[in-house]
This record gives sequence, C-alpha cells and structure tokens, in this order.
Amino acid sequence: MVHDLYQEIILDHSKRPRNCHFMADATRQADGYNPLCGDKLKLFVKVENDIVVDVSFVGSGCAISTASASLMTESLKGKTRQEALKLLDKFHELLTTDTAVSQDLGKLVVFCGVRDYPARVKCATLAWHTLKSALSTELAEPVTTE
Amino acid sequence: MSTLSNPTTAGATAGATSKFDVEKIREDFPVLKQNIHGKPLVYLDSAATAQKPFAVIDAIRRFHEVDCANIHRGVHELSQRSTAAYEETRSKAKRFLNSRYTNELIFVRGATEGINLVSSSWGRKNVKPGDEIVISAMEHHSNIVPWQMLCEETGAKLRVIPMNERGELLMEEYEKLLNPRTRMVAVTHVSNALGTINPVKQIIDMAHRAGALTLIDGAQAVPHMKVDLQALDADFYTFSGHKVFGPTGIGILYGKTALLNAMPPYQGGGDMIRVVTFEKTTYADLPYKFEAGTPNIAGGIGLGAALDYVNHLGIDQIAAYEHALLAYGTEALTSIPGLRLIGTAREKASVLSFVMEGIHPHDIGTLLDRQGIAVRTGHHCAQPVMDFFNVPATTRASLAFYNTFGEIDALVAGLHKVKEVFA
Repeated sequence: MVHDLYQEIILDHSKRPRNCHFMADATRQADGYNPLCGDKLKLFVKVENDIVVDVSFVGSGCAISTASASLMTESLKGKTRQEALKLLDKFHELLTTDTAVSQDLGKLVVFCGVRDYPARVKCATLAWHTLKSALSTELAEPVTTE
Repeated sequence: MSTLSNPTTAGATAGATSKFDVEKIREDFPVLKQNIHGKPLVYLDSAATAQKPFAVIDAIRRFHEVDCANIHRGVHELSQRSTAAYEETRSKAKRFLNSRYTNELIFVRGATEGINLVSSSWGRKNVKPGDEIVISAMEHHSNIVPWQMLCEETGAKLRVIPMNERGELLMEEYEKLLNPRTRMVAVTHVSNALGTINPVKQIIDMAHRAGALTLIDGAQAVPHMKVDLQALDADFYTFSGHKVFGPTGIGILYGKTALLNAMPPYQGGGDMIRVVTFEKTTYADLPYKFEAGTPNIAGGIGLGAALDYVNHLGIDQIAAYEHALLAYGTEALTSIPGLRLIGTAREKASVLSFVMEGIHPHDIGTLLDRQGIAVRTGHHCAQPVMDFFNVPATTRASLAFYNTFGEIDALVAGLHKVKEVFA
C-alpha cells in the first residue's frame, strides 16, 4: 500500500531521523512552520568559508516532513551555499513538475512519489524552505510554507 | 447496539436501528456510490461538509432550468416563482428551528458570516471599552477571531470558558466569568474538533441572569439534533447550509426581532433599503435590512430542500441512529492499541477525533485515503483546542446518518493497515 510515497528509506528516516539535535555552535538558524498541519522545525546550519560544514534540526512533523529534513541534512554537508540552494531548486522541481528526475539528487529521489500527492508537497518542502531562510540571512526570520 | 465482542457488518447491525434503513438512504446520495483508489468511498468528513441528496441537487437544478430569475420586485412569472421558492426556505427554517417569526431569520453565507454580522453590527454599536465578551476554549476560529477583532476595535476584553480533559466546559468557571461587564456570551452548540455537546440552555440562562446576550454557533448541531430556538431562548443562533446537506454559500442567522431592529445594517446595497436619496436612505424592514445585494438564490432554495429532506427522515431518528453509530465507533477505535481519543465528553455528537502514538495525523490521512476512506487531519480550525490537548493536529472521523456500521469497521481495518506501514 502506497509504497510509492512511503518508501522504505523514508520510513527509516522518519522513525530514526539523522542529525536530529540542537547545535550549540551553529552560525545560522531558522524556524519553519506549516500552519496547515502544525509541523514545526528548527534548523541549525554551520557555515564556514561559505561551506555548509554541519546541519541539524529538531521539531515535530509527519513522516514525510521528518524524513525530508533528515535526508536534507545528510545531503548538504560539504556543499557551498550556492550548491545547497541549487539542490533546493532541483528538489522543488522533483516534487512539483513531471520533468525527468535529476541525477544530482542522490538519495533524495525517494521523494519523487510525493508529486502524486499534491496535499503532501508542503510536508516535503518544509525543511528546504527553512534552509533557504537560514542560508539567505545571518539572522533569519521564522519562515512558513505559506 | 452491537459490540466488538460480537463483530458486525453493515448488514448484521441493522437490529438496534431497524427503522432507519441506511442502505436505502444511501441511494439518495449519488456521491457515495464511487470508488476512490479502487476502494468503495467511505466518507467520514461530514463535519467539514455533508454530502447532498438528490432532493437538493434536483432543487438547485430545477431552479436553474425552470425558474431562474432575480428575486423580489420582479413582476414577471419567473421572478415570482423564484421569490416564492427562496422565501419558502425561510418558512421551512422557521418550522425546522421553531423560531417565532420568519423575519428573524437572516440569510447569510454560512455560520462564519452569521457571527461576523453580529460582531460587526451589534458589536460595534453596543460594545464599549472595558466590556467583556465570553467565548469558550473549544470554539472554531470563526467564533474566536470576529470577537477578537471586535475587542481590538472597541477596547473590550475577551474571556474564555475553560474545559476539562474530556473536552467539557467547566460551568463553575463560566459562572465566575460572568459579571455586569459581560455583554455577550458566544459559544458553540457542538464542538467541531471534539464532538462535545455543550449545555447551551444552561449557558444561555446563566448569561441572561447576568444581563448578557448570547450567540450560539449551531453549525455542528443543526445536522444532528433537534434545535428549538424558542425553548433555548438564544439571542442569536447561526448555522451553515452545507453542513446540513444543503449547498455551500448559504446559511441562516437567527436573531431576536427587537435586537435585530436595533442593529445597524451589516452591508449596504440593493434589497436592504426602503427609500434612497443622496441625502438620506431609510432601510428596509427585517429580514431584508441585513440582506444587501442579490443573494445566493439557488443556495437558499437548495437549503429548503435539504431541510425538507432531514424532516422527512426525522431529526430524532437521525440523532438516535448517529448516537448508536458514535457509540460503536468509540468502542471500536479505543480497542486499537496506541490510539487516544481527543474529546471524550459524556454528551457527544458525531465526531471521533484521535491521535495515534508515533504516527502523524497527516500520514494517517494519506494512508486512509489510499483505502478510500476520507477523514480530516489537521487542527480543524481550532488551534487553541490542539494546544490544550498538546497535540499539533488530530485525525477526525465525523459521522452522518448515511454512514454505516460497516464503514466504522472499514476505518478500524484501515487504521490497522496504517499501523502496519509504521510498524
């Protein structure tokens, strides 16, 4: 049943999210909130010399939003800010268009099923919206998916 | 009533409610006869909007095909027909709700507009700095925000009747909130998020003793139980047509004649005037003073057909059947390990709101949808209720008389499958 959406890797990351902790030495931080379902997320990013050296998050959300945040943190480490934002665009494209799946997405392709569940796109993008906010300013305002 | 120890299906459970032929009733609702993702639709979202019987669909269609014209003032045949059909709904609503006069029933877009009309028109004229408005902890946003806006504008204070862990209002705390500054008590009859039936008669009487007016949000009550406006003695009462098997965009606000007469119009325009000159306008009598512009004529006619349909089934029979269904559903859901009902008031109607350990309501909603089961997930426009129970959201299965015991069984089986996915 609905294994196109709840793929094994998504279930795994939702039950055992990676990098799910506070980060005392984060250089950037942003809050994400989806008023539709009450999902809340606090994202911590450590940027050194324009490279994302560490990312973590805390919060509560559905399986899709938790797994998305978890997989996002794994795929960002070592990327420049520019590369991270480019990945965000590709991820958004994966969820919202019918274009071919980009090879650069790595594990993130497991979210391709979400495009068939329009009501759940915001769940998958919450962490990424929050990332954009965290990366665009040193002192980010809280963001929402609205 | 059937119990879980004696598992039942739709056919086998007819016993206790044999007078109520749900399978026959379902024939009246075309939308119910479809598959969703390959499974028969199990519609458990009637608290959001109820499905429409052929009687309503046909009445709207007939209006557009045969009688369509603007109402009031038209001298031609079609206009007279549509005026008569539209105004007939007011008479039907008067009988349905046992109000004293038809002209105290104002057509509005829905309960939200009904509340906004009162908070704007009555509120701005009568509420002063230091006055108090009382609402409850279980209100829908539509019975919070308009009063908050009024308080912000006038300098009045919003007070909230607290509730207990079952989702029942604390009446002794309510008593303490009432004082000579209390101008309005606005409370829901039945909670959309919890299903609680509030003791509105008592709430109204207590408010009146304190010299306050009352507004009852009946959106979730009118579809499920007998509402007698004269017995309740509410000053204002409002409901939405689409939750009582009528179309969207139409509802009714009841107000006592003396209060409505003393209130300024809500919106200006055609239909609500007697004489207009550039120097001065005199307003029409009730109910037209509050009905500016061409209304939702088709909606009004559809609502009339909906009230007829409910009358035909019998509101008391509906209430009895739904009560049995709710009791069965309550027992069935609580048998699922890790499931917690949110809202366990002793007096409840038609709502099963719940959370499941380790599984977010949104995931439950998606996984049930893939099995053809339509439930609502989220905060149900009652964020303070979610905060009270310390949950971000709930899954809500809401019932109507066209639901079956078999559908409750399908929900329970569906939830077991959800648990398997997240095992």
